[in-house]
Amino acid sequence: MKMNPPAPRQYWRSLEEAAGTPEFLDFLHREFPSGASEWTDAFSRRDFLKLMGASLALAGLGACTKQPIERIVPYVRQPEEVIPGKPLFFATAMQLGGYASGILVESHEGRPTKIEGNPDHPASLGATSIFGQAAVLDLYDPDRSQSVTHEGEISSWEAFLAQMSDALRQQQAGQGAGLRLLTGTITSPTLASQIQVLLAKFPRAKWHQFEPLGRDSVRGGALMAFGEDVETQYHFDKADVVLSLDSDFLFSHPGSLRFTRGFTDRRRVSAGRGGMNRLYSVESTPSITGSMADHRLPLRASEVEAFAQALAAELARAGGGGGGPHGEWMAPLAADLQANRGKSLVIAGEQQPPAVHALAHAINHTLGNFGASVTFTPPVRANPVNEMDSLRELMADMKAGNVEILVILEGNPVFTAPCDLNFARGLSSVKLSVHLGSHEDETSALCHWHIPAAHFLETWGDTRAFDGTVSIVQPLIEPLYAGRSGGEVLDALTQAPVRGPYDIVRDFWKTRNLWPDFEKGWRKALHDGFIAGTAFPETRVVFRPPDIKGGEKQEGIEIIFRPDPAIWDGRFANNGWLQELPKPLTKLTWENAALVSPATAESKRLANGDIVEIRCRGRHLRAPVWISPGHADNAVTLPLGYGRERAGRVGSGAGFNAYALRTSGAPWFDSGAEIVHTGECHSFATTQHHHSVEGRDIIRAGTLEEFLSNPDFASKMGGLPSREDTLYNPSEHEHAGYAWGMVIDLNTCTGCNACVIACQAENNIPVVGKDQVTRGREMHWIRVDSYFSGNPSNPEVSNQPAPCMHCENAPCELVCPVGATVHDNEGLNVQVYNRCIGTRYCSNNCPYKVRRFNFLEFNGALTPSEKLGKNPNVTVRSRGVMEKCTYCTQRITAARIAAEEADRKIRDGDLVTACQAACPAAAIVFGDIHDPNSRVSKLKKHPLNYSMLGDLNTRPRTTYLAKLRNPGPSP
Amino acid sequence: MHEDPSPSDETSLGYPSELLAADQSYESVTETIASVVLTKPQPRVWFFGFAIAFSLLMVFLFAVSYLLLRGVGIWGINIPVAWGFAIVNFVWWIGIGHAGTFISAILLLLFQQWRTAINRFSEAMTLFAVACAGTFPLLHLGRPWVFFWILPYPDTMGVWPQFRSPLVWDVFAVSTYFTVSLLFWFLGLLPDLATMRDRAVNRPQRLFYGILALGWRGSAVHWQRHQSAYLLLAGLAAPLVLSVHSVVSFDFAVAIVPGWHSTIFPPYFVAGAIYSGFAMVLNIVIPVRKIYKLESVLPMRYLNNMANVMLATGIMVAYGYFIEAFMAWYSGDIYDRFMMFNRAFGPYGWVFGLLMLCNVIVPQALWSKRVRRNTASLFIVALFINVGMWLERFVIVITSLHRDFSPSAWSMYYPTIWDWATLMGSIGLFLSLLFLFIRLMPMISISEVRELVAEPWKRKARA
Repeated sequence: MKMNPPAPRQYWRSLEEAAGTPEFLDFLHREFPSGASEWTDAFSRRDFLKLMGASLALAGLGACTKQPIERIVPYVRQPEEVIPGKPLFFATAMQLGGYASGILVESHEGRPTKIEGNPDHPASLGATSIFGQAAVLDLYDPDRSQSVTHEGEISSWEAFLAQMSDALRQQQAGQGAGLRLLTGTITSPTLASQIQVLLAKFPRAKWHQFEPLGRDSVRGGALMAFGEDVETQYHFDKADVVLSLDSDFLFSHPGSLRFTRGFTDRRRVSAGRGGMNRLYSVESTPSITGSMADHRLPLRASEVEAFAQALAAELARAGGGGGGPHGEWMAPLAADLQANRGKSLVIAGEQQPPAVHALAHAINHTLGNFGASVTFTPPVRANPVNEMDSLRELMADMKAGNVEILVILEGNPVFTAPCDLNFARGLSSVKLSVHLGSHEDETSALCHWHIPAAHFLETWGDTRAFDGTVSIVQPLIEPLYAGRSGGEVLDALTQAPVRGPYDIVRDFWKTRNLWPDFEKGWRKALHDGFIAGTAFPETRVVFRPPDIKGGEKQEGIEIIFRPDPAIWDGRFANNGWLQELPKPLTKLTWENAALVSPATAESKRLANGDIVEIRCRGRHLRAPVWISPGHADNAVTLPLGYGRERAGRVGSGAGFNAYALRTSGAPWFDSGAEIVHTGECHSFATTQHHHSVEGRDIIRAGTLEEFLSNPDFASKMGGLPSREDTLYNPSEHEHAGYAWGMVIDLNTCTGCNACVIACQAENNIPVVGKDQVTRGREMHWIRVDSYFSGNPSNPEVSNQPAPCMHCENAPCELVCPVGATVHDNEGLNVQVYNRCIGTRYCSNNCPYKVRRFNFLEFNGALTPSEKLGKNPNVTVRSRGVMEKCTYCTQRITAARIAAEEADRKIRDGDLVTACQAACPAAAIVFGDIHDPNSRVSKLKKHPLNYSMLGDLNTRPRTTYLAKLRNPGPSP
Repeated sequence: MHEDPSPSDETSLGYPSELLAADQSYESVTETIASVVLTKPQPRVWFFGFAIAFSLLMVFLFAVSYLLLRGVGIWGINIPVAWGFAIVNFVWWIGIGHAGTFISAILLLLFQQWRTAINRFSEAMTLFAVACAGTFPLLHLGRPWVFFWILPYPDTMGVWPQFRSPLVWDVFAVSTYFTVSLLFWFLGLLPDLATMRDRAVNRPQRLFYGILALGWRGSAVHWQRHQSAYLLLAGLAAPLVLSVHSVVSFDFAVAIVPGWHSTIFPPYFVAGAIYSGFAMVLNIVIPVRKIYKLESVLPMRYLNNMANVMLATGIMVAYGYFIEAFMAWYSGDIYDRFMMFNRAFGPYGWVFGLLMLCNVIVPQALWSKRVRRNTASLFIVALFINVGMWLERFVIVITSLHRDFSPSAWSMYYPTIWDWATLMGSIGLFLSLLFLFIRLMPMISISEVRELVAEPWKRKARA
């Protein structure tokens, strides 16, 4: 007779069978499953029962391990416990290209929902970029990779560790000769020290860094000028005359948030203070920096070097007569720079070659700006290298078959590496490739192992800002999926004793002896969001005039590669907020376009949407054309980052992949391209089709000179009709309490779009998709309009953020048949979603067209993880309902409750709207206009204050400060 | 097609000396009209026409079902053009619904007895057109299931409609108009329903018409009360003709949108409504008259009179167009000036051009008696006017909205297949109802035509 195995044995065997299911494996390998982290996309009842069964079986086992204590420290208030309905704020940091920006994250019952800037952090000053604002959506992205995979099959971290330790054991003999590590730019002290440990253990292993939008030429320029690598620190708050040599310093620099504040602070004028800086911008592709310029010169990227050389020569002659290629432009510029010695600043763009950076240093040196508006610190990067060379070296090793183990820590080199290096082919010769990444992307598809990366809001880490300030990255939530930090992967490589990401970071800082009392210092660092005093001290540099050969004249069409102003290098391609964000100036959404100047379009007979083939050095690319006023002639800009094949549901297949033309020799621009018509056409999704104000009272602008001689020039352009011009009693509805109002300073608004995403995050604004944007149904409550004036070859640009005007005589209110849009006693034009039946009459009657309608059920397809990211204080609107800016009424209510609890009025500054909080230029001011001392009241009395379309007698509560330009005396 | 055989039957002032041919008797009139419903086999054209109309009605139901399922986003509307075909169709159908009451009530009060031949028909047409019109404001709502919030009912929350909104006025105006038109039509039908009951050839017919006739026996008391009620209702209906489209025009005139905000809208809309209403009556009467051989009770001179009304209202409408343009220039308002320029030369300029062709140029042919007295040419002109009036509403709604105050928001409107399906479907609804009406009801008022037979001397005296 055949005996059954004993019962307990049978029990364990069936558990092993259960362990075979991916859910169970996943469960097994995570010690402390939390409710949130167990979520999967389509969770069936069956899966639920399986999991429940398994967790019951393992309940006893779990109790054997002590749960480690990982304290995170709330920033603003430290309650004894989480109070439902009361958000907590935690300070942490987000990095882009390795450089940190300090943030405060709002957490509702353990769910991070909104990111704000950290006012004390040097790279934020309270502001955030679009990337910072949108990061919270990445956290809840349902397309994030959710488990460790091995050759496409779901596997486990333990299985990975097992295979890795085998492989590493084999490497031990050759001292790691076949081991390669590829990372992005690393500034994290902890990661760097872990890598040093790894390299010590495997002395012949190599660490390569590659960032697709790297700063090699910045480093190269410093080496040329000073013979050493230094980080240049620009002080825009000390500069009266700024020259940008193809630098988009207001957007794409690691310090751009701070630069924006410093730059715009020097543009603010008031009746008493008339000083204003002057920006000269030489640029190839129109950027927001160029749109702020008082003098802008469109030049092809390759011509900037010659320009810089001529300028350096001009300045060296110390005021010699003009001449040179752009004499009429350069002579006044040179004179202006000369007149502002020590108070001027020249900055070169990352996309310019090292020589231009060296020339910029030379000019700054000549002008005596060193030590004043320009200072130097040691490099922030942990191990500065020429990243392109580093990648080339790795490619050579891979092709030679010398690489046995390749570990890629984040990044997507298969997509982003220069096309001539053919990373994918090199990767196929690696015996064991490992990719840590947030998504199963192009790179993970070709790697043996894919490890899901933890989002920075899920794990511990540290990083440095552009000035060296260290931030500890603290998590706000357990990893939603089986995400691992880079530190954990490195620990696996060094085969350190198992420790969590918390201990990895903490252990490192313990060894640093920064604080007499570690615990106290650590807590303070977490609380503050950065470690005070870690900014690098200024270093002295010795300037050696670089030997620069003249840049040769380029023939043919030039192609220029630029970071995409919404999805950067492609890493944000699956972020719906960023995809749908109208890009500055072009207002394109959901894709990139080959940008050309109007003159080039005319000579090549191109129209918007024409699909062309761009040929360069034997490679070709099909791309639709967009005519960009102000673009340099005979050049075409190809924004990078689009054309992803494995980005996810949102980003895959959008746009064209400009990396397909980008070579390691010419990563930023190349010449000799050809544009060939294909005869096909493409339709773009743009949100603004018309860029002229048509002579209407929408933008008021003038020059500083006009303002100084006639401070009221803007208000004299037209006032509001008198309050007495009414059949009704004008004081019938007077109210003594708060009166909310907003002022937006067009003079400092750079058009960076941070407000748009901030509003989207705060107010649960849905993403509608390209098709709906094409139909004119984008939902943004605040939009940034760009109006062009002057010659299309180099127009003046005025950016105007347009939220709801909250008109005192609101035309929308009159026509609603059900009273769904009404005025409250504090002057808010409120929209009652529950009452709205969707006639859309209000939108028709809104002269500003700021109302947005849910034409379809835009929130219907939310996945459970996306629901977690919604702001619980804001209604998620359903189909058929009108919506619009509320002046963040939920924030007003929160401030009111807090004030009433303290038995006082809401103080000025207690309350900021989401757009205001994000704005790096501090161009948006909101508050109580009944309080004569509030900032907004003072600005309402500013001579530049005006109401858009005020002649309609709508009496908008949102008003604008007119835009000023400060052109130099002669050009 | 059919030239009027006796143009000489007119007085020197051009009035008809006789409204009916001399050989018409009570019996011949009753037989001609009632037999269409009761005894004559329906012509093949009816089945053919009904099949097409019913198919279109199915398209309508499909489009509406999909609309309710997905939302108004299936249409081409957007921000800034938040109103599209639905509102265009609404105003168009309401306009078409104007001829009926105008013909019945105002012409009755003006003793224009030629109206009797067409009043029943045009009243039915009015009802069906208003029914079509009425669906659109409901369907165009973002949340149509809560349409009743627009009605003043004692809500438990104490919430009322917002009475300053013209959309609320619309609800009252259109529903009142529909109710009065329905009563007026039914009251006029009563004696004829009794005739149908009496001539019924089978029991179902007898039951159907008997119930509807409400026990009409044709006694002198019945007639006396019927006549005074009819006149009273006519008196009530007459101002409604003017008020409904005035109120509909307020939807636009009260708004501040350039191209909408205009004081000329109420009279200009009323004239336009009568214009399109008569055109639609002609478009329907001409084929019906031919198919059912009703030339004897619907003589050419009646059509001629309708053509005259169209010509007159057409000129008023053209004046409206002119004054709009003039005021845009004369006001000096930059928004109005731009609106007018954009209307004529902007991206929708071709629609405006077509509108001018259909509503201003082509109808000038009606000055010619030959055109007026030829059913084929009259039919074609009326068709142009119907299309033109639809285009007029398109121009007002869409070209005004697509470029208003803020240039950054300017955009285009492209109708989708669902917009077209709903428009065509509503025509299907209209025609289906009309075909059923022809099949089931006396399409011409028997009793009133018989009055014309009875009292030729009275007519002569008035003429």
